[in-house]
Amino acid sequence: MLDGKQVYLDNSAATRLDERVLEAMTPYFFEDYAVATSEFAYTQGIEASEALNAAREKLAGALGAEPEEFIFTSGDTESSNIAIKGAALGSKKGKHIIVSAIEDFPVLNSAKALERQGYKVTYLDVDGDGFINPDSLRDAIMEDTILVSIQHANQEIGTVRDIEAIGRICREKGVLFHTDATHTFTRIPIDVKKVPVDLITVAAHTIHGPKGIGGLYVRKGTKLGKWMDGGFQEFDLRAGLENIPGAVGFARAVELVTEEETRQLQAMRDRLIDRILTEIPDTTLNGNHEKRLPQNANISFHYIEGESITLHLDMNGYAVSTGSACFSRSLEGSHVIFGIGGDHERAHGSIRFTFGRYNKIEEIDPLVETLAGIVKELRSISPLAPENMEKEGE
Amino acid sequence: MKSPYSETVLEHFRHPHNVGKIENADGKAQEGSPACGDMVSVYINVDPETKVISDVKFESYGCASNIATGSIITELAKGKTIDEARKITWKEAADALGGLPKIKVHCSVLAIEGLRSAIENYEERHGLVKERKPTTMDTVRNRLKKVMNPMAGLDLVRTNLVEGITVKNGTVRVAISLPPDHQFAPAIKEEILEKIEPLWDVNEVVVDFTD
Repeated sequence: MLDGKQVYLDNSAATRLDERVLEAMTPYFFEDYAVATSEFAYTQGIEASEALNAAREKLAGALGAEPEEFIFTSGDTESSNIAIKGAALGSKKGKHIIVSAIEDFPVLNSAKALERQGYKVTYLDVDGDGFINPDSLRDAIMEDTILVSIQHANQEIGTVRDIEAIGRICREKGVLFHTDATHTFTRIPIDVKKVPVDLITVAAHTIHGPKGIGGLYVRKGTKLGKWMDGGFQEFDLRAGLENIPGAVGFARAVELVTEEETRQLQAMRDRLIDRILTEIPDTTLNGNHEKRLPQNANISFHYIEGESITLHLDMNGYAVSTGSACFSRSLEGSHVIFGIGGDHERAHGSIRFTFGRYNKIEEIDPLVETLAGIVKELRSISPLAPENMEKEGE
Repeated sequence: MKSPYSETVLEHFRHPHNVGKIENADGKAQEGSPACGDMVSVYINVDPETKVISDVKFESYGCASNIATGSIITELAKGKTIDEARKITWKEAADALGGLPKIKVHCSVLAIEGLRSAIENYEERHGLVKERKPTTMDTVRNRLKKVMNPMAGLDLVRTNLVEGITVKNGTVRVAISLPPDHQFAPAIKEEILEKIEPLWDVNEVVVDFTD
């Protein structure tokens, strides 16, 4: 805790809204609140429509795409659902899709939903850092494969994949490639002119934008079946009243991310990782050290359980998350830590720290000191800790 | 700070009582495993004449409710006879803690089981147990009463999730009326295996999800 204030380190779950984003959004609640039905509508409708188009241009531009290639959604969950289920519905080619085993739930559970409807799904194994093997991907692509979905960076362990190489394999084999870029968007830019990717999931809640707004890049010519029926909004791909304040806020949030800020997040990350790994014994970094999200550190503290660590941290003013079963709604340990070959103990003892705009590097040192004390205390009562095991033989 | 836990739980979590080991304890037991997310060891010393628990300690690898229940159960057991201590229920422990969240019942039940198992261990080591009985449907049913249905915070038997039990030639089959892809299916299966597999005459345990 710094100056008695809570230190929020769960920025991959949600971020604090930037005031400048709210400022940009406000007129669209109180003045220009009309629906962007048609460019031939009344004045307010035309203004709303112009704001939506400007936001779309900004967001598409951040990916190197054309405005017609970007649709707004309610967030990354919906974007990934549209990408995966839409690609399946829109394809006459076959019934097979490929995802990595450590994808986030919107992708993983969309794949499982298709599986229940008779589609075949390959869950591609990852290595100890969370990378996929390009040869395994090549081998997994069949005649009837519709789509490959592999996220840009993992939400838990932060490993960043080489989506350019993955995209080339997909292009070569003639299958669609979707990537979930929820955690990399604007921090590790993607240019669709260079990266052969057909569908990209992005969201505002990870970059100090509002919750409830996200987007999907859809490369020109990509056939998606529409499964949410209603009006003809978003190029007839996503029915529903446009969230104009959200879209405007999302675009403003993108403008506010700077390379300098991303470098600061990375400096906090590196200081935290280095200090924990050198000063607290029996700790393991989860995910790759170099090819890593700038805002993510994920460390397993052996012999102790993550919910106890997070609760102690909360009592000391720090908000973090854990891959422990005790923390999850399914009572299961993190599928990501299991996916990279970790055991139950590594999953239960994993803590994720994610940084954002409102964190300061000065917060890191007191955090490490607090953490060292908590870990020592919990280990002193754990039957799994080696210091307690040794006494057994006496 | 806001928490799903009561003040008493948080207090016991922050400063757990009776933590550690007893060297050369009269009875000891370990319940749970890293797989189920929680583990607890309980050590007891028993007065050979009065059968009163003179000292009790615990260690925990687990979440707040596991640690707090270990702390309260050792407090409740100290000074009781082994027969009294064996009868301490989860409800009594939970009440003493000012309540526990439903989904955390299975973590806290471990501490109660740990105490009971430590008492059994004491009895076994001091020649106080009867012969080994063969496993029957009732044995299995009684053990399933210790497996929690996380949706209800009550056990599988009381929430009518156990559809059938068969015991044949060392193989136990348990049918659970949940779909195989249910959110809690893997966690429930793991706990069933953990409870039934240690029975001395059981070689194999099969869990079928039948809904």
